Amino acid sequence: MTAPLKHAAQLSAERAQTTSFYEASARTRVELLLDSGSFVEFVGPEKREVSPHLKIFDLPEQFDDGIVVGRGRLDGSPVFVAAQEGRFMGGAFGEVHGAKLTGLLRAAREIESIPVLILFDTGGVRLQEANAGELAIAEIMRAVMEARTAGVKVIGLIGGRSGCYGGGGLIAGCCSALAVSEPGRIAVSGPEVIETNRGVEEFDSRDRALVWRTMGGKHRRLLGAADVFTDDTVQGFRDAALELLGLVGAFGLDKLQAEQVRLTDRLRSFGTCRDAIDIWAAEGISHAETVPDLPADQFISLANKIGRTSRDAR
Amino acid sequence: MTLDDILASLFPDGHDVKNDKGVIFGSATLRSGVKALVIGVADRTAVGLDEAIKLSGYVLDSLERETGPILVLVDSDSQRMSKRDELLGLNEFLSHLAKSLIYADMHRRPTIGLLYGHSAAGALLATGLATRVLVGLPGAAPAVMDLPSMAKVTKLSMEALEEKAKSTPVFAPGLSNLAKMGAVRVTWNDAGSLADQLDTLLANMPDAHDRRDALGKERGGRLKAAEIAERVRDLALQSQ
Repeated sequence: MTAPLKHAAQLSAERAQTTSFYEASARTRVELLLDSGSFVEFVGPEKREVSPHLKIFDLPEQFDDGIVVGRGRLDGSPVFVAAQEGRFMGGAFGEVHGAKLTGLLRAAREIESIPVLILFDTGGVRLQEANAGELAIAEIMRAVMEARTAGVKVIGLIGGRSGCYGGGGLIAGCCSALAVSEPGRIAVSGPEVIETNRGVEEFDSRDRALVWRTMGGKHRRLLGAADVFTDDTVQGFRDAALELLGLVGAFGLDKLQAEQVRLTDRLRSFGTCRDAIDIWAAEGISHAETVPDLPADQFISLANKIGRTSRDAR
Repeated sequence: MTLDDILASLFPDGHDVKNDKGVIFGSATLRSGVKALVIGVADRTAVGLDEAIKLSGYVLDSLERETGPILVLVDSDSQRMSKRDELLGLNEFLSHLAKSLIYADMHRRPTIGLLYGHSAAGALLATGLATRVLVGLPGAAPAVMDLPSMAKVTKLSMEALEEKAKSTPVFAPGLSNLAKMGAVRVTWNDAGSLADQLDTLLANMPDAHDRRDALGKERGGRLKAAEIAERVRDLALQSQ
């Protein structure tokens, strides 16, 4: 490696440590997550493959339709990566947006040896193209499972502004493993959707503390829905991705059977709990009510002590 | 058609399919002599944790001891929208059901979805859209997202949305719109025998390769998806 390149790599590593994953754009996340200068984009914004449907609603288009897909290196090894841009249409899945991820996963399935990182940041289906978006999600779920069956590791990283909602939550559930930060929310129905349909007594979407402890990263980690919890930095997610790539094993029927047991046990153990704090207390955490205030390092050691993971059961 | 009508027409030789609080489970011997697993959601029931875990359990149990196709009958609400469901990780339960169906389909248990009523959002992803072939019955009324919610988000009036819905299938509710997208492969005729139509489908079952995007292009509902996916795939393969 030449001196200027090394300098660039060092600068990039420093930036990754100080850059909030939550605040960063999809492109910045990809740039800082991967080895410096290694990313090559497929069907990038210069191709101007915009959504054919947004103009029906007089809505602005984006040249990448809110997702960046391509290939790079992580600690020297090749990876495919897809990153959703939560600031465009809430990172929602439309026809073009979804098709890019489907194509990437189909290639990974054929190659078999290159893992896929999905940086989720999505509210779910893009309502203006709801049918196309819903079907795109179904195709992605199928493509994830076909890739995993072929031996591909598919890792989800969740810590963006828009969280991982709706069909995004279902795709996340298909991944080999997930890393999550505190602001990384995972759910199907969002807080506003539950409140609109069931009333404020069921779920008060303006109670942010309730939202975080019901859907946020800490709860998902303690529940065993996510395998690794990380501080909100791009470097943290890079380290988490590397850790998970080292841990994930092959997919097969045994994993699905183990997941059936894991989820059945969860319902049996916590099915009558009314709040996340009740679940954490039932898991044996003393002063469960203080969990939301714990700094990342203390939370990580607590979560590791509880030891719930879904790695071999998803 | 009611669930009983559908089951009677599908399985004239009898079946043991039961509807337990909206969760469908049982089996039927097809005219070919093959036994099919029958699961699903009835009575416009919301698919929550409790429904999803039962359905995935039926699929996984069947994988261990049976052969034959898997039929998934769908007349559901959307996913159950509640604090309890989200607190306990509904996304994992719905994914797990979809994964079980996809796994079965990839391992010699072809899956057929039969949409005979309503369905929406996460419930449709976990059931009908996780099968190899989704069949529509006349009168089925899927709505990925309902127009009132859409009006709220898009800040357009219902009248404006209904007007736009006439010119594009891409967001409007309805079976024919999902068919144009490539999601619903074929719509059966409820005047004829469903058993005959099932036989025809099973005799001409496409392979497990997902071609819904190509079908959507052929039917003019999704003009870009297949091409974009193919281009990304090619570039990714060439990048090695």
